[in-house]
Amino acid sequence: MSFELETAAHPTGLKRVVIEPVSRVEGHGKVSILLDDEDQVKQVRLHIVEFRGFEKFIQGRPYWEIPVMVQRLCGICPVSHHLAAAKALDQVVGVDYLTPTADKIRRLMHYGQILQSHALHFFHLSSPDLLFGFDSEVAKRNIVGVSAEFPDIARQGVLLRRFGQEVIRVTAGKRVHGTGAIPGGVNKAVTREERDVLLKDIYQIIGWCRSAVALAKRLHLANAGLYNSFGAFRSNLLSLVGPRGALDLYHGTLRARDSAGEIIFDGVDYSRYWDYLTEEVKPWSYMKFPYIRELGAEEGWYKVGPLARVQNCDFIPTPFADAERREFVDFGGGLPVHATLAYHWARMIELLFSAEAIKDLLHDDDILGGELVVEGEHSERGVGVIEAPRGTLIHHYRVNEDDIVVRANLIVSTTHNNQAMNESIRHVAKRYLNGRKLTEGLLNHIEVAIRAFDPCLSCATHALGRMPLSIELFDAEGACIDTLVKDSHERCG
Amino acid sequence: MNPGLGIVPRLIIGIGNPSRGDDAIGPLAIERLEALNLPDVELLTDFQLQVEHALDLVGRREVVFIDAAASGAAPFSFEPAAPAADASATSHALSPAAVLQAFLRVTDESLPPAFVLAVRGYEFELGAPMSAAAARNLEAALAMLAARLAA
Repeated sequence: MSFELETAAHPTGLKRVVIEPVSRVEGHGKVSILLDDEDQVKQVRLHIVEFRGFEKFIQGRPYWEIPVMVQRLCGICPVSHHLAAAKALDQVVGVDYLTPTADKIRRLMHYGQILQSHALHFFHLSSPDLLFGFDSEVAKRNIVGVSAEFPDIARQGVLLRRFGQEVIRVTAGKRVHGTGAIPGGVNKAVTREERDVLLKDIYQIIGWCRSAVALAKRLHLANAGLYNSFGAFRSNLLSLVGPRGALDLYHGTLRARDSAGEIIFDGVDYSRYWDYLTEEVKPWSYMKFPYIRELGAEEGWYKVGPLARVQNCDFIPTPFADAERREFVDFGGGLPVHATLAYHWARMIELLFSAEAIKDLLHDDDILGGELVVEGEHSERGVGVIEAPRGTLIHHYRVNEDDIVVRANLIVSTTHNNQAMNESIRHVAKRYLNGRKLTEGLLNHIEVAIRAFDPCLSCATHALGRMPLSIELFDAEGACIDTLVKDSHERCG
Repeated sequence: MNPGLGIVPRLIIGIGNPSRGDDAIGPLAIERLEALNLPDVELLTDFQLQVEHALDLVGRREVVFIDAAASGAAPFSFEPAAPAADASATSHALSPAAVLQAFLRVTDESLPPAFVLAVRGYEFELGAPMSAAAARNLEAALAMLAARLAA
């Protein structure tokens, strides 16, 4: 696993192209590309605004406030932060096992979040590229174009999101800023009426999710040459897995496989994740680069998220999703699928799994009541790990004798995928950009690769008037000679 | 699924993150309006707008979006909103115009009159308190809105 194109041998005098911010990803990302006089790609980097200040934001607060406060770190997956924090604080209050009611309500909340997040990504953010082509007419390559030609897809995306949010509302207490998970358990059960409303729709939801898997699979197989090679790279895989190797997005032990699918480690208690995972700092990026400690930085980086999870597990404990997983694995022919665009197919398998898991939980009367919270002997340290929509999410806290959080460490999913995303866009740049005049369609190829990972680049702020995409081309002297924006073309030089 | 049942005629949505400085304008406005116990008004808040908020608009007589504005008029602007497929339609955070556009795409309903109350903010850092200037702008905006709701 090389780092080709990370750093140009002689960067002085190279032309510089900047894509900033990357659109259809959360928060702020920037891609810089250095080209020589023959327009050969010499350096490609994805820069991401790191979660700077997050630890400081958390430190100094009483531990019981944390599951609510951390939701404000990210407006896209607040429930994931809510649950990862609650899991870490379970350890602080001395709880190894939740009550069945608490465990199942948290799982229900989590699968609601997975469902709505995956639905948004596939139906609204990625489907324009996948349905129309990466360099199709930009005016059409958006959800409005999808709505015009594929109205059912656009509508189902909205209704799937709404359903997921209803699941979150009944389990967390509110659509946003919920308080459902607390250290040691949950603060409310689901009422029978709430359960029945959700049950009424769940079979329709499962049907739409099955159709979504079929669509993602059809798109991949119809153009397998492109989908298998676009931005593809081999890497290790990391995720939680549940008992007996089941896909479990809420809880489990850490498992890592190498690029050939062989186990690197398995059954690792995440409470000591730092014995297995560490991070490298690179001077050009705010975001760190995690890797498997025993393999070192060059060989130990990995990918997380749907593509890793669906292949890292041994089975999916729901029937429709497991049938789809088996077909996906068969497609790999005995080796892991490393195609970046296969993230979409794997993500839809997880979408289906989430819907089936929600159905099973809704049929379980434990969610309707019972003991909600337990407590044990307090401890100074807690680690919570969850498989968030985008991948493994780690929350780690240290609490003093006054119940104040004095240290916090968060490793978010997008950070785990940092090297993987950089690797993917370097492959795309080398394949599609070398020696060619850059156009919006060509540069969108870079964004297509990034979007496949569904990165959440942080920032729940969004004030009106801040979402332009600009692509700037600089000459060898550093002067801006061209600027492209999403819906118009203007010159600045 | 019928998202239109049990509807209150007027909807006010406050958008923003309470812990990001002046981005708290939207949720804080909702908190203040909640204290007024306004009849026939439903209040919602969220970090950002997304496609599913289109379903919250079904069956309403009027919709008001309250958001912090990083640029534009101070203390606030209050303008009608029209559906538009702007660049935000391709992001995790939609503009009010894009939500209205989504409403037209996914429902068969008539679009309710919609307005954007854009309150000028200045600082948006995580953990920062709301700036004094933004707080004054919010007071002015709420006074206008309260008078309008009472009319």
